[in-house]
Amino acid sequence: MSTDVTPEAPGAEGRPLASRRGSTPGRFGNRLFAGLSTASGILILVTLAAVAIFLVREALPAITASPAAYADFTRDLNLGQYIAPLVFGTVLAALIALVIAVPLSIGIALFIAHYAPKRLSGPVAYVVDLLAAIPSVVYGLWGFFWLVPKIGPIMDWISQKLGFIPIFADYAPPAKNITSAAIVLAVMILPIITAVSREVFLQTPRLHIEASLALGATRWEVARQAILPFGRSGVISASMLGLGRALGETMAVLMILAPFARGTEVYSFKILASAEHQTIAANIAQQIREAHGMGVSVLIASGLALFAITLVVNMAARWIVARRAAFSGAN
Amino acid sequence: MTAVTDRPVPAPDIAPNFATTPSGRRRKRTNAIMAGLVTLAFLIALVPLISLLTEVVIRGGSTLTWQFLTTDMTGVFGDSLDGGVSHAILGTLQITGLATLISAPIGLLAAIYLVEYGHGRLARTLTFFVDVMTGIPSIVAGLFAVALFAILIGPAYRSGVMGAIALSVLMIPVVVRSCEEMLKLVPNELREASYALGVPKYLTITKVVLRTSLAGIVTSIVLAIARVIGETAPLLLTVGIVTSTNASMLEGRVATLPVFAYSQYSQDALGVGADRAWGAALVLILIIMILNLVARFISSRFSIAEK
Amino acid sequence: MSKRIDVSDLDIYYGDFKAVQGVTMAIEPRSVTALIGPSGCGKSTFLRTLNRMHEVIPGARVEGKAVMDGVDIYGSGVDPVEVRRQIGMVFQRPNPFPTMSIKENVLAGVKLNNRRLPKAAADELVESSLRGANLWNEVKDRLDKPGSGLSGGQQQRLCIARAIAVSPQVLLMDEPCSALDPISTLAIEDLIHELKEDYTIVIVTHNMQQASRVSDRTGFFNLEATGQPGQLVEMDDTTTMFSAPTKKATEDYISGRFG
Repeated sequence: MSTDVTPEAPGAEGRPLASRRGSTPGRFGNRLFAGLSTASGILILVTLAAVAIFLVREALPAITASPAAYADFTRDLNLGQYIAPLVFGTVLAALIALVIAVPLSIGIALFIAHYAPKRLSGPVAYVVDLLAAIPSVVYGLWGFFWLVPKIGPIMDWISQKLGFIPIFADYAPPAKNITSAAIVLAVMILPIITAVSREVFLQTPRLHIEASLALGATRWEVARQAILPFGRSGVISASMLGLGRALGETMAVLMILAPFARGTEVYSFKILASAEHQTIAANIAQQIREAHGMGVSVLIASGLALFAITLVVNMAARWIVARRAAFSGAN
Repeated sequence: MTAVTDRPVPAPDIAPNFATTPSGRRRKRTNAIMAGLVTLAFLIALVPLISLLTEVVIRGGSTLTWQFLTTDMTGVFGDSLDGGVSHAILGTLQITGLATLISAPIGLLAAIYLVEYGHGRLARTLTFFVDVMTGIPSIVAGLFAVALFAILIGPAYRSGVMGAIALSVLMIPVVVRSCEEMLKLVPNELREASYALGVPKYLTITKVVLRTSLAGIVTSIVLAIARVIGETAPLLLTVGIVTSTNASMLEGRVATLPVFAYSQYSQDALGVGADRAWGAALVLILIIMILNLVARFISSRFSIAEK
Repeated sequence: MSKRIDVSDLDIYYGDFKAVQGVTMAIEPRSVTALIGPSGCGKSTFLRTLNRMHEVIPGARVEGKAVMDGVDIYGSGVDPVEVRRQIGMVFQRPNPFPTMSIKENVLAGVKLNNRRLPKAAADELVESSLRGANLWNEVKDRLDKPGSGLSGGQQQRLCIARAIAVSPQVLLMDEPCSALDPISTLAIEDLIHELKEDYTIVIVTHNMQQASRVSDRTGFFNLEATGQPGQLVEMDDTTTMFSAPTKKATEDYISGRFG
């Protein structure tokens, strides 16, 4: 307990000994810093909750009011009737984008992880990641000025030759339809699906790849037997992340898709037709400038619906990853 | 035990000299086709990248004059070729700068909490919801800022601060995630050595962990800036677009590069508006490129923790 | 269904580094040949050249000949995929495919070649392969359960069943028991005794007692010094190798003076 006869190490003048370690200055600093860090964490959770709360609060007037209150904004539709076609369009655009992006992403991820020579896989991955750095407004410009003119003739041909199939019917230039928008969405979500898939493929245990090889499998058969089954849940999770992105994207759709005119909202599966679809996000961006009062409330309500949908999709994607991590950890 | 020779075996397709059998040829063909498809997938992905960058450089390059970069759009209308993006550049820098001032400390501290302090339920909840936050649609972040300020100040209020807050909602999760990665790279031995010397925890974190991972943290923040600097939708809602320079962050709408590009496009897609839009797009991409190069430079020159 | 392999003057490289040099040996059909030696002397590397797995590593190559049934497996015009079809391998750590059931695991190699195997033939093949691996009685009621749900020893026998289901000429085993407990090890050694009636088996093992129990002929690999390529020092009938080896290095290793 007493310290006066404790021999001090050379040059230890003023060095805190046992009785002085953990003294007030250190402890105060610790508490302050720990408090700051924890507070930041809590602040983030509070912010997320605030996003939900404020959206609900501003959307509530539209949700609880009778349709007459916003009838001139929605052209006499009630809230459900106004939002539902938008949800339809949002999901349809995202699904078409997925159908295009997922096979391409799997192919590219396999290329990087399994086919490309080692020196190439880094640069290839970098190039694909570049697509993620491009702002959405630039994608919108590219879509309108480059893609739409080029793809119009192709869509025209499809609509003429295969127009007996309802989804391909009724193409009319310019190609400002949901498919063009979906193609741009596909390019935008390609990088994230590819990046997550390639990580998963690269993690395939060498042991299983060698098991396939030893059975006399060709390179593709190794992918089919060992890599793809192992990466299946990872690819699903990656696709859901891409889906979440596509659902929430605004600018590309706003600048490429010619939406249905107000009063002519439809649920259309004709993906080459113009003026038959609209997404929640693009609708908000378009209508917000002239909206006031109840109209803003209606738009925020639609934003709340979008928030809920993307929340569910993202949580499901993360849950799949978490489940898989636990499962493969046991291996 | 049953002798294995009793086994009925499907006639093994044995090639006496290891040459390829008919089924082997089929498999080889499938293999070649798949290899071709996989390569084709990559080439298809290259098409939008190359065509987009080409369009931006070609169409935007001719617009990029000194006048374009140093004037704003005050008094410019009709088919006039005057005008430029100086107000938009200023707006983008100011709003993104403010968003960084908000997001970087909060994000970094939260990452420190997750790595150095949190081991319980709060930490797991936080990690989960940070992940969820990375998926918030950008327009929802804009709506949040609109809704927040509608209640705090009034529904017609528009200002640079609103835009910065909307961007912060998008930026914070990115900062948290990547700073977390950087902090985890610091080997535990360094922390233990510091504790063994009697250094209190908060000083260990600031003087040892942060100093070691400083390059990585700065890189993460720079890359987060590059991510949000091109966000259009939330700014469309919160700061709109104006023609003249607004240096105030608290009052009134502010021009930003992405919204400028959009508004020029939407007003005048077939005329000079298109050129201005591409010009603004090129400036934006150049800024993003510079940010990425800065990040790479810092990362390669100053990183210590990477093994 | 079993052949001899004659290896002549095989050099094995990783890039420019010569890992193993000048191996010449004859592997007799319907017998068990064991390869022993200290760690890092090239026995596993050599084993992997016998089914052309070595060259999967970027930059790895082989010079020399390995002749099976009159054909050099490294000759031009030889398809490595075909070689691996006919020379099977069992690895140190059991590696059944985790997403496949036991039945699907056994048929994994067969399915590569015969995509449309009629159900009856497939079931028969599964049963006979599992019987051949001494695993049938333990798993016959759960053929549709995942392969990863078995114990280590059972998984290894599953891998053996998978390997023999394609009726290989030769079966290579790379330290098949080193990840297993003693009882499973014994089960696999008994299995090897039975399998050698029909297959040519080459087994790499760290365990000299195992080599003496299981094999008919034994080859001893060694390094002269670190950084030097590994070599086949001596190869002879097992009983001779373990009682009266010719080379001093062999005797030192066997009596435990190093390794």
